[in-house]
Amino acid sequence: MSAIANSGKLVRLALRRDRIVLPAWLVVFVLFAAVNAAAVADLYPSVASRVQAAGASNSTPSLVMLYGWIYDPTAIGAIAILKLGGPYAALVGVLAIILTNRHTRSEEEAGRLELIGSTVVGRHSALAATMFTMVGAGVVLGLATAAALAAAGLPVAGSVAFGAAWTGLVLVFSAVTAFIAQLAQSSRTATGLSVLALGVAFVLRAVGDVTGHDRHPTFLTWLSPIGWAQQVRPYAGDRWWVLLITLGFSVLLYAAAYVLASRRDLGAGILPDRPGRATASKALRSPVGLAWRLQRNALYGWAGGFLLMGLVFGSAASGFGELLNSPSAKQLITALGGEKGVTEAFMAAVFGIVAVIASAYGISAALHLRGEESELRAEPLLATRAGRVRWAWSHTFVALAGTTVLLLVNGIGAGITYAAHTGDGADFGRLIVAALVQLPAVWVLTGFVVALFGLLPRLTVLGWVVLAALVALSEVGPLVKLDKTVLDVSPFAHIPKLPGGDVTVAPLAILVGVAAVLVAAGLVGFRRRDIAP
Amino acid sequence: MTTAISASGLVKTFGRTRALDGLDLSVRTGEVHGFLGPNGSGKTTTIRILLGLLRADAGTAEVLGGEPWRDATTLHGRLAYVPGDVTLWPNLTGGEVIDLLGRLRGGLDPARRRDLLERFDLDPTKKGRTYSKGNKQKVGLVAALASDAELLLLDEPTSGLDPLMEEVFQECIREVKADGRTVLLSSHILAEVEALCDRVSIVRKGRTVESGTLTELRHLTRTSINADLARSPNGLSSLDYVHDLEVDGTRVRFQVDTGRLDEVLRQLTDAGVRSLTSQPPTLEELFLRHYEDPDAQLPAARHEAAAR
Repeated sequence: MSAIANSGKLVRLALRRDRIVLPAWLVVFVLFAAVNAAAVADLYPSVASRVQAAGASNSTPSLVMLYGWIYDPTAIGAIAILKLGGPYAALVGVLAIILTNRHTRSEEEAGRLELIGSTVVGRHSALAATMFTMVGAGVVLGLATAAALAAAGLPVAGSVAFGAAWTGLVLVFSAVTAFIAQLAQSSRTATGLSVLALGVAFVLRAVGDVTGHDRHPTFLTWLSPIGWAQQVRPYAGDRWWVLLITLGFSVLLYAAAYVLASRRDLGAGILPDRPGRATASKALRSPVGLAWRLQRNALYGWAGGFLLMGLVFGSAASGFGELLNSPSAKQLITALGGEKGVTEAFMAAVFGIVAVIASAYGISAALHLRGEESELRAEPLLATRAGRVRWAWSHTFVALAGTTVLLLVNGIGAGITYAAHTGDGADFGRLIVAALVQLPAVWVLTGFVVALFGLLPRLTVLGWVVLAALVALSEVGPLVKLDKTVLDVSPFAHIPKLPGGDVTVAPLAILVGVAAVLVAAGLVGFRRRDIAP
Repeated sequence: MTTAISASGLVKTFGRTRALDGLDLSVRTGEVHGFLGPNGSGKTTTIRILLGLLRADAGTAEVLGGEPWRDATTLHGRLAYVPGDVTLWPNLTGGEVIDLLGRLRGGLDPARRRDLLERFDLDPTKKGRTYSKGNKQKVGLVAALASDAELLLLDEPTSGLDPLMEEVFQECIREVKADGRTVLLSSHILAEVEALCDRVSIVRKGRTVESGTLTELRHLTRTSINADLARSPNGLSSLDYVHDLEVDGTRVRFQVDTGRLDEVLRQLTDAGVRSLTSQPPTLEELFLRHYEDPDAQLPAARHEAAAR
């Protein structure tokens, strides 16, 4: 086992590096699970009410796409995990991707793996250590989630099955990332491709579920790791054997990652590097030109994803008309945060989710500032005439403009499919407006990161913490009936529910103002502080 | 004569670490000034302050007649900087980085760019992540040397370069000097310093411990003398500029402060010199003295103290 010598020490190094991020993520997920379970149990005390709610959800294609089927309409647990098994499962995948990449490809890119590789560690110790760390994190997540669900009063066996399904998701997406990390030439490409794989898994499950008959998904679902997690069917039969698929696939991918790792050089990818331009293009003459160049590929990828999301949600919403008679469906969707028509409430809720994802893009784009600074790439630029404010503005601008583009293409996508269904061209424009109206809240978060960068550069990671806290607040807050003043802390709470709701300009203008103040504070702060690697 | 850089009493602390502790530096316009000191002695911090990337806690600094923090953008148009560890964007080619930095500095000379690429034997079409350390360094050097900057701030610019490229670098710096431009060169390569620098400043623990031309600095050290005399010498031991005296019959061996060489030779010729070898201090000795000794004593002086 000399190829993985001293992996244990590397695991400890990984845990030391993630001592804040990892526990924070775990706590957030377990909290989500607990609160969801408790709230749903309150909402549907009787079997009759559960059957009605589950029937409404199962007969609504868009909900089946978003969440999956409820396999046992009488079981409170099966209803409670509806959200947890769908969108949250994807978030668990995101966690696995980010953490795995952090310890493999991005370590390699930073050259730290080389330093460690030269000490008494095996050739595969870093990969093995990452795997052990992720298995550990997955098991802890699964156990804690199972305990939280059981503590909320759900059956123990089902709770353990659900926890195991989440553990499986961590394993699978960690394995996918470890595999892709061997192929790609850069950490960003590796993350991008892994997230793409996650997106494909989500779409396969969604399409497989919705094209199947009542509670019988087609084979497409069985091609998706997220599908496998749902097919464990916690609280509805607890099919433990499905976990073996997850386990087998993870082992296979990790093994493939090991094989690839032994066939390539440190720092290189399997995909070859092509020579590039000998001279810079005309566009590469300013900080904004550079920021665009560095971020454009990522933005293209995100924009493609947002367009696809828009098209899918627009068509999903089109299927809503037939269900208007079902009061429990209305209740379910109104609980999602809508106001008027059920369809429009659904779209408004979807745009709320889209806004959160766009915020994640905005945060990551703005975090380029800190990345460039701490990797010392900003230094040569700041030693030119570029000027600090101009340089800091460059990535800020890409973040602000990028989020605008994302919401715009999302609105266009949703508008195309929705208007094609209703035959009303005006719906196209209404959905674009509904998407773009989210921007002020998204910009506030971008501005927050810029402010952190300028004033507290070592704490820029708080941008992610705050986003997670806001999501938790908006998801959990209404369920535990938090006071409105607390809920109003979130910028997302002040966005009008469009389409369908009323537009009030004042809160939007205030949000834009807050974002502007945050950006300005960040830029001024950066001009006044030391460059800090 | 004008000064390109003058700094006095620079202090900079990072948390509990005092990186600079009253550092002084004076670089004359048109000279190549060597900036030496052990690792962690504050050279990079000084250069970052001169670039306006850091703000000094105390002391004053003037670069090209401006205040580096306040006038950063204006000054940056007149200087070029090469960090000791050039980091490139993984997906930008070397050529793109050279052009970008040149444009941000206010333009670069395409002919000179071509010429430098050829002399440094650098392939500009490769992506940043595929360059070796030496080649990354070349990207930074070409970008800086292709500019018309009046002042070059070079922070260990040749780390990772092979001897052939080191030669090219020295040639380029001589050309820069011939153009009347100024260079501040932080370096550990003594041969490079000796070949290029008009004057040097040596820093230790955030302070300047020595500054001057190499000849001046040599005068501050000792020359070893080994002589065979016609008769036993008189009074050598009473001279306070003679150290480590060993007398073995008519053979004497000692060290003398280089500035007083003349006087001691007169003493020796009085006694009649049969043979004599003198060894001037090597550059290594000169620097090691400042690098390793906390009180800037000669290693010999310590031996003396130990023997007593």
